[in-house]
Amino acid sequence: MNIHEFQAKQVLARYGVATLRGEVADTAGGVAEAIAKLGGTGPWVVKAQIHAGGRGKAGGVKLVKSAAEGREYADWLLGRTLVTHQTGPEGRVVRRCFVEEGCRIARELYLGLTLDRETSLLTVIASSEGGVDIEEVATHTPEKILRAAILPEAGFQPFLARKLGRQLGLPAASLPSFGRFLGALYEATIATDAALVEINPLVLTEDGQILALDAKMGFDDNALFRHADIRELRDPNEEDPREQQAQHFDLSYVALDGSIGCMVNGAGLAMATMDIVKYAGGEPANFLDVGGGADAKKVAAAFRIILSDAAVKGVFVNIFGGIMRCDVLAEGVVVAARELGLKVPVVVRMEGTNVELGRKILAESGLDIITASDMLDGARKVVAATQGAGA
Amino acid sequence: MSILVNKATRVVTQGITGATGQFHTRTCREYGTQMVAGVTPGKGGSDFEGIPIFDTVDEARAATDCNASVIYVPPAFAADAIMEAADAGVELVICITEGIPILDMVRVKRFLASTGARLIGPNCPGVITPGECKIGIMPGYIHLPGRVGVVSRSGTLTYEAVHQLTQLGIGQSSCVGIGGDPVNGTSFLDVLERFNADPDTDAVIMIGEIGGSAEEEAADYVRREMKKPIAGFIAGQTAPKGKRMGHAGAIISGGKGTAEAKIEAMLAAGIRMAPTPAELGITLREALGA
Repeated sequence: MNIHEFQAKQVLARYGVATLRGEVADTAGGVAEAIAKLGGTGPWVVKAQIHAGGRGKAGGVKLVKSAAEGREYADWLLGRTLVTHQTGPEGRVVRRCFVEEGCRIARELYLGLTLDRETSLLTVIASSEGGVDIEEVATHTPEKILRAAILPEAGFQPFLARKLGRQLGLPAASLPSFGRFLGALYEATIATDAALVEINPLVLTEDGQILALDAKMGFDDNALFRHADIRELRDPNEEDPREQQAQHFDLSYVALDGSIGCMVNGAGLAMATMDIVKYAGGEPANFLDVGGGADAKKVAAAFRIILSDAAVKGVFVNIFGGIMRCDVLAEGVVVAARELGLKVPVVVRMEGTNVELGRKILAESGLDIITASDMLDGARKVVAATQGAGA
Repeated sequence: MSILVNKATRVVTQGITGATGQFHTRTCREYGTQMVAGVTPGKGGSDFEGIPIFDTVDEARAATDCNASVIYVPPAFAADAIMEAADAGVELVICITEGIPILDMVRVKRFLASTGARLIGPNCPGVITPGECKIGIMPGYIHLPGRVGVVSRSGTLTYEAVHQLTQLGIGQSSCVGIGGDPVNGTSFLDVLERFNADPDTDAVIMIGEIGGSAEEEAADYVRREMKKPIAGFIAGQTAPKGKRMGHAGAIISGGKGTAEAKIEAMLAAGIRMAPTPAELGITLREALGA
């Protein structure tokens, strides 16, 4: 689960991470008021709040010199769809702005904290090249990317910040500020089960302080059960409505651009099913893992979510029953098909626990369901059926 | 022979009083596995269909000499359960539980390093040596005793591979689901080393998926050390790059983790790659030269 910049800064500030003063606003007037409230002589920074990076290049960040200029810019920005390299071509609608006081920047750096899967340790990633596309830096000048693992049993130790700080070329006088920043960042990560914290840019101010100019946080979905406060930060506007519905039924669903809906059990088999649909000449409309312990109700819900996508011209159900029983799957498909009507061809391939019973339920339902003998057969049949339907 | 589990393996179920624990303890026992004990805190002294239940793994081990554990406890308590089994001296800990927080597993992994226990999973189907011992949730009847090892990150895709092998009349020595989580106990490399050393395994199917670098590390081992043919597949070749927020994940993986990078590394190591997941079985048969 991801959150907005202003939310990330609020969370991080709770653990002592240094940020600038800021106000959030969802109207142009609100932006002008925020500037008045922050006070000072300016300039102030107005930033679009969407769940994606690359906002600056897309016109979503502006330095303004007065409340009037802030109002004018917010008037242009709010309600606008920003397309960045992380939003996908459909972009994101700006519903809120974050207004911050300005600061005098001496240097911009990069700081991230995430899991290194190779070592199974939380690892700090830092670079002297901040405020730019850090993946470009990693590709072209990998020597400018520093890493340091943190052992969970020892936790963050100040020497780590002194070492990294010097490697980043920070002045000795700023090392304590950097140490407090990194220590607080680690504490916030551990305390909230953050899967990713990224500060880009991290700035060194002209008076030698270290602070977060931008902040991104993403959380481990598996740990949200123990963080009610973080769960409340979810912004439904930033999520696909079908993905939200899937979440409600504890289904793992990702919307894609194709026309063949896929319902599968197990993430690996679900990905492999997408692969084989493509191999057979089709394009998957979604990734959907119904999970191991799905009951007929959950299967029916999954079916409804797939069919609510108008782009879906055919459905491929591919189930290998282990914990999940094929008869339960078949019942769910029949219930959903009766309720919604079979407006598009449905191909079912199933194997595993209670497969004979499952096949019997489908056969006796009287529904026009196409059965397949294996994965490739199923993929070919669903592609053929959708092409027959003029897709 | 086989790897990890056999007829002599004595299993304790952690979370034996839950519906999932009960169901799979029963099916594993029906398969022929020695299910010798169960653990549920607060339920010690009772039994599940004749299997004695204890409050702690420590007591279960002392009373039954169990040397493997299978865990079905809910995600919030699973990390604790894994460490409890390792602390009690159980050699093989198989964690089926899906959805354990990543930072819990980071701590578990460090803890396990100080014990002699091997963890399989979490978020995995378990381990089976067909005809001898089934520990986990895989459907037993699709397996056939034989000489091909199977190792996979994905549960249902493992069943797919096993089913195809059995349809072709090719039996399996052992099948290991290592689990799909970012932090897990046993890697492809660990399992391949065992298959390589197992006199009763002639060839291996290795099924990976996008993300992480475990497949690349395994491929490096295969290139240097593996004496047996391998058929492989990577799931997620057509998965979109995804709508990401930050960059740290991509930086840390350093370009590894994509389907292309994994397939390239596996091909370079001499692994025969199945063009589709429907061709895992026949690709293995080709790799065997049959």
